[in-house]
Amino acid sequence: MITMEKLKYERPVIRKMNTGLMNKFGTRTEFEPVKDIDGVPVKSLIRQFGSPLFVLSEKRIRRNYQSAVRAFNTRYPKVQFAWSYKTNYINAVCKVFHQEGSWAEVVSGFEYRKALGNGVPGEHIIFNGPDKKPGDLLLAVENNSLIHIDHFDELFLLLSLCKPLNRKPRVAIRVNMDTGVYPLWDRFGFNYENGQAWTAITRIMESGKLNLVGLHCHIGTFMLSTSAYAVAARKLCDLASRCKEQLQVAVQYLDLGGGFPSTNTLKGSYLPGIDTVPSVDDFAEVITTTILDYGFRPDELPLLILESGRVLIDDAGYLLGTVIANKRLSDGRRATILDFGVNTLFTSFWYEHKISPAQDFTHHTEDMVLYGPLCMNIDVVRENINLPLLEPGDHVVTHKVGAYNMTQWMQFISMRPAVVMIDQGGQPHVIRKAETLDYLQVPESMPDHLK
Amino acid sequence: MKLKPNIATSENGFIFNPATGDSFMANVMASEIVNHLKKEKSIPEIRLLLLEKYDVEQQQLDRDLDDLLQQLKEANLLD
Ligand SMILES: Cc1ncc(COP(=O)(O)O)c(C=O)c1O
Repeated sequence: MITMEKLKYERPVIRKMNTGLMNKFGTRTEFEPVKDIDGVPVKSLIRQFGSPLFVLSEKRIRRNYQSAVRAFNTRYPKVQFAWSYKTNYINAVCKVFHQEGSWAEVVSGFEYRKALGNGVPGEHIIFNGPDKKPGDLLLAVENNSLIHIDHFDELFLLLSLCKPLNRKPRVAIRVNMDTGVYPLWDRFGFNYENGQAWTAITRIMESGKLNLVGLHCHIGTFMLSTSAYAVAARKLCDLASRCKEQLQVAVQYLDLGGGFPSTNTLKGSYLPGIDTVPSVDDFAEVITTTILDYGFRPDELPLLILESGRVLIDDAGYLLGTVIANKRLSDGRRATILDFGVNTLFTSFWYEHKISPAQDFTHHTEDMVLYGPLCMNIDVVRENINLPLLEPGDHVVTHKVGAYNMTQWMQFISMRPAVVMIDQGGQPHVIRKAETLDYLQVPESMPDHLK
Repeated sequence: MKLKPNIATSENGFIFNPATGDSFMANVMASEIVNHLKKEKSIPEIRLLLLEKYDVEQQQLDRDLDDLLQQLKEANLLD
């Protein structure tokens, strides 16, 4: 008997056609399935290491770093990057940056110790942030690190700590200022416009106990304006030249902080980030021309330090995941539930992450909401997205997740997944294991009467 | 479960509702089902036809048919 082979089935859907303008789902994206990361199949990564799974491309990290350095050192003779630990402080990631020549920029005692553990020489660690404990400060002084003072109480604490020591800690002050971008980040450091920064500088000099070596600012994050950096660089140059004229100190470096945007799309923007954000070259151009044109003596040209975070790693990170279920909401919209949510992908609060199917699909697409697996109403990965039909068990690839997720992720309802780095030869390595119940309960203890 | 009488459909999946001016694109499966509905076939009839023709589990098809009917209702295409 001959049986007719049955035809391939697809879930029946209809899609409303919009004549003309963009709807709230944005323009129709041209989809491509993303079946591999740096040549390693998504399917085999998930089979081997589980789902969800963070994947980092070592090749991409190195390329990003090298091209950012090139953007600056082709324009300015003395440039140094310092890896912003909080952006992603998994040791393997930090090591890649340090191998490339990056210093470390840390904002807490444990980050500081991580940097030491990663072999960064003390004098190449920049210690930022408003919460440096006395023990952390002493350690930083001992290691001759660069301490960026955030407020007067810290300045006085540092002075009292170094009284019994016969060392002169190397310090800078963090300066906040009006760069024309609002809101001002005036909660960190000393204000430029109201004279506080200058007061701090004179206090440091009068004390005779501290060695003022630099000036620092970090004017914001995901900055879309290059001109703000021209203003910031100019104000730091002004302070440096006042230091020279009035206090006879030549400041050795200007640290312009981080803040360059990645090509992610911020929530609420009409155009994808890739079309709107300035490049590192654009930022390098305004910063370096401002400093070069300022009129420093050639032998006193300050070292330019950058503490870029997200722009160096965001697009080197992927989050692989799996579809759990589909459902339809009361208003008729389709909802797809994924096995990762805002606990794992913290940046979905800020970004409309690009998400690609990891397998072939037909041309038909649907508008949908993407939910995470948490029993929480806020667990929305994408409020509106147009994607091909996804079925339970299908895999997706979330793009540009390398920055801030692997540090701000939460162990809430589900545990943190594994992180894999694909080396330059295409070999995946686990650089952080998936968390387990045992791991989770290590710090817990049970009072005797409850045993 | 009946399609509104004035709904226009085409072979390639285009659906037009002249009463509202809305148009829709259906994928192959949805288009086939809508055309069956247009010919006033019942859901159980359509279900049998599809089960015979396509490589799909009965349970899956039932869920998807329910879902499509919901979509058609939301789209104001059902009576
Ligand atoms: C002091 C400091 N430097 C550098 C960074 C890195 O910023 P980004 O990732 O925006 O480059 C931050 C993060 O906000 C920061 O607070």
